Amino acid sequence: MLKYILHRIALLIPTLVGITICAFAFVRLLPGDPILAMAGEHGVAPARYEELKEQFGYNLPIWQQYTRYVGEVVTGDFGVSISSKRPVLEEFKTLFPATLELSFFAMIFAMVLGIPAGIFAAVKRGSWFDQSLMGTALVGYSMPIFWWGLLLIIFFSGYLGWTPVNGRIDLQYFFKPITGFMTIDTLLYGKWAAFRSVLRHLVLPTIVLGTIPLAVIARQTRSAMLEVLGEDYVRTARAKGLSSARVIGVHALRNALIPVVTTIGLQVSTLLAGAILTETIFSWPGIGRWMVESISKRDYVVVQSGLLLIALIVMAVNLIVDVLYAVINPRIRAA
Amino acid sequence: MKKKLAFAAALLAASVLSGMANAKTLVYCSEASPANFDPGTTTGGNDFDASSRTVYSRLVEFKHGGTEVEPGLADKWEISDDGLVYTFHLHPGVKFQTTDYFKPTRDLNADDVVFSFDRQFNKANPWNGDKYLPNLTWDYYTGMDMPKYVAKWEKVDDLTVKLTLTEPNAPMLANLGMDFASIVSKEYADQLEKSGKMADFSTKPIGTGPFQFVDYQLDSVIRYAAHPDYFKGKEKIDDLVFAITPDATARTQKVLAGECDIAPYPNPADIATIKANKDVTLMDQAGLNIGYMSYNTTIPPLDKPEVRHALNQAIDRESLIKSLFQDAGATPAENLIPPTMWSWNKDVKTDAYNPEAAKKVLADAGLKEIQLWASDRVRPYNPNFQRAAELIQADWAKVGVKAEIVNYEWTKYRSEGKKKDRPGAFQIGWTGDNGDPDNFFATLFACSAIGVSNYSSWCDKDFEDLIQKAKKTSDQAERTKLYEQAQVIFAKEAPAFLLVHSQVYAVVRNNVSGFKMDPLGIHRFDGVDKAE
Repeated sequence: MLKYILHRIALLIPTLVGITICAFAFVRLLPGDPILAMAGEHGVAPARYEELKEQFGYNLPIWQQYTRYVGEVVTGDFGVSISSKRPVLEEFKTLFPATLELSFFAMIFAMVLGIPAGIFAAVKRGSWFDQSLMGTALVGYSMPIFWWGLLLIIFFSGYLGWTPVNGRIDLQYFFKPITGFMTIDTLLYGKWAAFRSVLRHLVLPTIVLGTIPLAVIARQTRSAMLEVLGEDYVRTARAKGLSSARVIGVHALRNALIPVVTTIGLQVSTLLAGAILTETIFSWPGIGRWMVESISKRDYVVVQSGLLLIALIVMAVNLIVDVLYAVINPRIRAA
Repeated sequence: MKKKLAFAAALLAASVLSGMANAKTLVYCSEASPANFDPGTTTGGNDFDASSRTVYSRLVEFKHGGTEVEPGLADKWEISDDGLVYTFHLHPGVKFQTTDYFKPTRDLNADDVVFSFDRQFNKANPWNGDKYLPNLTWDYYTGMDMPKYVAKWEKVDDLTVKLTLTEPNAPMLANLGMDFASIVSKEYADQLEKSGKMADFSTKPIGTGPFQFVDYQLDSVIRYAAHPDYFKGKEKIDDLVFAITPDATARTQKVLAGECDIAPYPNPADIATIKANKDVTLMDQAGLNIGYMSYNTTIPPLDKPEVRHALNQAIDRESLIKSLFQDAGATPAENLIPPTMWSWNKDVKTDAYNPEAAKKVLADAGLKEIQLWASDRVRPYNPNFQRAAELIQADWAKVGVKAEIVNYEWTKYRSEGKKKDRPGAFQIGWTGDNGDPDNFFATLFACSAIGVSNYSSWCDKDFEDLIQKAKKTSDQAERTKLYEQAQVIFAKEAPAFLLVHSQVYAVVRNNVSGFKMDPLGIHRFDGVDKAE
């Protein structure tokens, strides 16, 4: 098992190098010059332009800029934001809990609804429920997040007034964050009303961010379940006279969940990508919105290091999923 | 220990919560997070709303809702006859804000004023460079040519400051009302320098302005409280909250739902919904900007004013503006400066739509083909250069002129466009900085701006004499006359086709009073009140 894990970690190294190159290159392929972007409408005098280029190191040959960047990253220095002048890592640490909290709820939402729906559709294969569920899942999977989010806000917050428009908590509640997770912090302070306010604020963004993973999980559970239901051991279990619930819940489901776990792991990157749009619409102070704002400000340093940090997280999650997969499915370890 | 900390924090929260119960709170849905709270180091309008216009004050201020300069921290000032020496007399007894991170021991004095500017250009000042914040560029100070015009700042006595210029420059006074010219506390700076926490200067601001900083949760909420000792009197609202809401539709919905009191920049598509709602008002004003199209006046036949007039007359400007701005609307431009700016000449009118007359002149001049430039960028004064180019192309085709559209990416577009030999018509615009007409006339059409930002390569001796004289004259009435004449010449010579001054909008709940749209594009909350 240890050998397997080490092997997986070794495989991450070329991926990491690839990501640093991508992050570095993408940012430089963006149209627009960061110094001119900073100067705004005024533009800068040519002499001043050269001075600033040197100050930020953009005058160096591109490979030197890259080696300098990698050297800094390796020592844990992710740079300082051009616009806010704060260390990128510090901003990331402040904002990441918000993204994590939202992603966590979105994932729970997707699993709690997606897995039972998938099982039910598989068991009732071909029924109206199955067909309408799969149709809905396809719609959910193709849903443009931006449009979906605004639609929900206009209907539930604007028209019905059931949910707050956006933000993480009502503005009347004001306290210093302890963990950065609002659901936990409000409980630590013992503020029930604030806790309820946090939950209310979570409803719409959770639905919006969880929609695509929900569709994927439901479809994946259904197809995995269908496959397993046709297996000999399920037929044997039925032949033994076990109740239908026991056959599905114990014998079939445990095996069907193996590919579903992988799918859930892969959804982490979908969640982080979806967070970019969801956070912008819902004024959610997380890393997705932070990236979008940094791109529009041409804050090279934040975009570059932010990309890298997000990629690191996705890689770490994938590693954990791979290991978990090996734990559930012993055949993988041997391979 | 952790438990104790949590308990203390809970107590603090509880006290704040109970304190807020009776307080009058105004919530502003701002459009973006501020880069930081030191207005000398930032350039964005949202940065300034959150720092200079709330926490700080300046020697002079812009009249609320206008561009005229009025007394600020300086009660009065004298300008020497040669226009080189400005003497400012500070208001006595101005208090800096007292917070949990700074307790001032003295009132504002000349040291603070001198320090506020010195730090922006003096490399020997420890606050000028990396010791304070990394990669500091002091963009606005250099962008407004302050290093060129300022010879020195001097303290005469505690309440008198003297500014000496290298040459007369009347717009200097307006520059001193700008955000970068906010006055900071030298005592606070010294204290932070001693404790080695210099970076706090940009995250925990101290000023003399109407509101004092309380807390900032990154990318989420900024909290302020009314400054109890504000030298112009304590504000009517007790707490000011910025709820950072980047999406325009979400901002509007928040105001409609009563979660915010004021929100700027609504989405044009939401304007009909806002107008239909009884609880809110849509406020608008012509922004301090101009969208225009520069003809290269040095290349025949565009060197003849009648040809340029004919090209202007051939454009159906009304339809063009409607198509570009839709429901949001925009003010058709008659002059280079917007009507909210002092010296705007109400008697000047730009060319009316008259394709018949245009056709004849253009045929006589033999103009059959022209280049028409467009870029990919959305600007406040022109949301779609390409669409505008296509519509103008169609209008010109009707009068027998075939326009070839030239496209470049924004950065290259401007660097190619400003070349002296660039042919044809070039779409561009400008957003003003300090409300001074010089910031439009000289920046965009002075002879010295050719190759920089005079995209028409236009150098008219009469016009140039007037704007240079106005720049060196300190008397505003006299300057107004000069600029009014300059606008007459501009209309006669037509170096450019004037398109619009775009509107700036805000959605405001009806129980809010005293909020004014500001032509400088800033959002101020001094003088604002709210009925419960």
